Amino acid sequence: MASNNGSVGVQERMEKNVWGLLIVLAVALSVGGIVEIVPLFTIPSTMEYNKFPEIVWQHDVPAAERKPISEWKAGDGIRPYNGLELAGRDIYQREGCYLCHSQMIRPFRDEKERYGHYSLASESMFDHPFQWGSKRTGPDIARVGGKYSDDWQRKHLRAPRSVVPESVMPNYPWLDDATVDAASIQTHMRGLRAIGVPYTDQDIADAGELVQGRTEMDALVAYLQVLGTMVRLDDNVAYRE
Amino acid sequence: MDAVTAEQKYNFDVVRWFVVMAVVYLVVGALVGVYIASELAWPFLNFDSPYLSFGRLRPLHTNAVIFAFGGCVLMATAFYSVQRTCGVRLWSDKMAWFTFWGWNLIIVSAVLTLPLGITQGKEYAELEWPIDIAIAVVWLSYFFNFVMTIANRKTSHIYVSNWFFLGMMVMITYLHVVNSLAIPVGLFKSYSIFASVQDAMIQWWWGHNAVGFYLTAGFLGIMYYFVPKQANRPVYSYRLSVIHFWALMFGYVWLGAHHLQYTALPDWTGSLGAAVSLAMIIPSWGGAVNGMMTLSGAWDKLRTDYVLRFLIMSLAFYAMSTFEGPVMSIKTVNALSHYTDWTIGHVHSGALGWVALVAVGAIYHMIPRIFHTEIFSVKLVNIHFWTATIGTVIYIVAMWVSGIMQGLMWRAYDEYGTLAYTFAESVEAMHPYYAMRSVGGAIFLLGAVIMLVNVIMTVLKSVSDGSLRSARTATASA
Repeated sequence: MASNNGSVGVQERMEKNVWGLLIVLAVALSVGGIVEIVPLFTIPSTMEYNKFPEIVWQHDVPAAERKPISEWKAGDGIRPYNGLELAGRDIYQREGCYLCHSQMIRPFRDEKERYGHYSLASESMFDHPFQWGSKRTGPDIARVGGKYSDDWQRKHLRAPRSVVPESVMPNYPWLDDATVDAASIQTHMRGLRAIGVPYTDQDIADAGELVQGRTEMDALVAYLQVLGTMVRLDDNVAYRE
Repeated sequence: MDAVTAEQKYNFDVVRWFVVMAVVYLVVGALVGVYIASELAWPFLNFDSPYLSFGRLRPLHTNAVIFAFGGCVLMATAFYSVQRTCGVRLWSDKMAWFTFWGWNLIIVSAVLTLPLGITQGKEYAELEWPIDIAIAVVWLSYFFNFVMTIANRKTSHIYVSNWFFLGMMVMITYLHVVNSLAIPVGLFKSYSIFASVQDAMIQWWWGHNAVGFYLTAGFLGIMYYFVPKQANRPVYSYRLSVIHFWALMFGYVWLGAHHLQYTALPDWTGSLGAAVSLAMIIPSWGGAVNGMMTLSGAWDKLRTDYVLRFLIMSLAFYAMSTFEGPVMSIKTVNALSHYTDWTIGHVHSGALGWVALVAVGAIYHMIPRIFHTEIFSVKLVNIHFWTATIGTVIYIVAMWVSGIMQGLMWRAYDEYGTLAYTFAESVEAMHPYYAMRSVGGAIFLLGAVIMLVNVIMTVLKSVSDGSLRSARTATASA
């Protein structure tokens, strides 16, 4: 670069003109991000549902004819969180759970045996923001739903060491003391609908009743219990290359 | 130029305040860090309180060290060195004070909101949307003042340290704006407009470049001004600085994808990120060599010059962690290291060993020049050097051992072909290393407290013996 007379000229000019330097920097700094990020929005194979539409619940149903979430059954396919689960997810974020628990199982034999089928991008298609995590101070919980009883989950959240003596997780006794606010959850659902989560009016109306009188503990347990239960993945299908 | 003329010509007032606040935030950030590290070793320290629980304090720790300490250091050093290298006063004193008060108000709002659980739920970008908007405005005021000062310069060329600061300022603006795009659903709640793999890639494009630009390019700017100044020698190689500058600027941006190896991110993106990561060893080491070789012919100064010791040790840690990082981005290594404490150890060899040590060296360089008096105690500076170095080494060794052990335990099989350990057993095995990390962190914290005491005593000395006042009143009468 510097050995070439032509580019020495460019460098020299940039060193004497801050606006020129800024423009070249602005271009050089944008390339990597554009090359790595933009294709993720455009290449179909990024999202598995483009090849396997059946993994998404009501994938072929027009918006106006969507059934409410209350009619969904475990394994029917990936769907938005209902009001109570969404409230639980808000609490999951508030308490910083993602700092110690991942929700992203990698395609390794040991992870399959410990946590289950590897995670798909489509499984977090309604997750704003994503909660894949970067650290396992505690285990991965992408498929923790149904693994333990509601009772166990409550006991564990109140006092983790009462059920897992080696645990270093904090106790969360305050989750029993607060109730979920229906109006704000409905506002949250409308916000998510505005950025593409296909909630129906019925879903938002149902959320009011669903969270009525429920504690934050109920909400968080509802969220944990739905994780990984939405779609049944087939071991014999290669969802990702 | 003597002290009085410099004081008259430049705006050192705002630099003084940024410097003192940087030292205060170093202590606060390290203190919260030691506390949360101890919570992982002794969970009773969570005290069943939401405001003290690990999940809420950990973002406070990262925000305090990155944005409060790192930000004040970058603002102090950029404002100090841009005036000196351009030979002019800051373009706008008023805007510089806006940056100071704005940035500190943002820090206060972080201290209030994070323990309350007000968060966007994205690592290193937790602050909610109203604070994000304030960050953008204050950041642009810093950026604009810096650029206008360069535009006003008396020198013909823009000095190399300023290239690095400019690169950082452009990139952080991109990153912060894109990664913070969210739909507000209340004053203290919003949802990222992105989801799933796209959100993940944008988050780690931000996450790794917060490290690559805020904590690397910006601090290389510090290195390029303060190492030659303190050693009183020119930069080793101009040509090397040009090459490694452009290679870093162009290349670093690609690295974020290596945080998502083997996840649901497409293979091509992760592999591309890893390939560029490996290539980045060369420009990173180019910078480290350029800094260290600046001392060539003057190595004896390390025996007597306490500031140079910090600067050179920081470059050694920089070289080490910029080798370790690319190694960890190799797929087979990443399969073991990802999700473990090894990552935490790697971050801290960069954050404590490189970022904090080079910042501390720069601050010790500036203190006598902006307070117009000798440092209160050279002996305390030397104690700080050894506590910081030893604390850092203990910390990263603990995390290397625990991280690699975790990775191996999770994938271990017994003779019957079943998993050898439960997850809980791996947690239990971490206890001694978590305790060891707390000790290392506490030693580092002790050094930071010693520095704070030393800086406060120097400021008091400067005020009580009149050296600060006489330099400043000379300004007024001139």
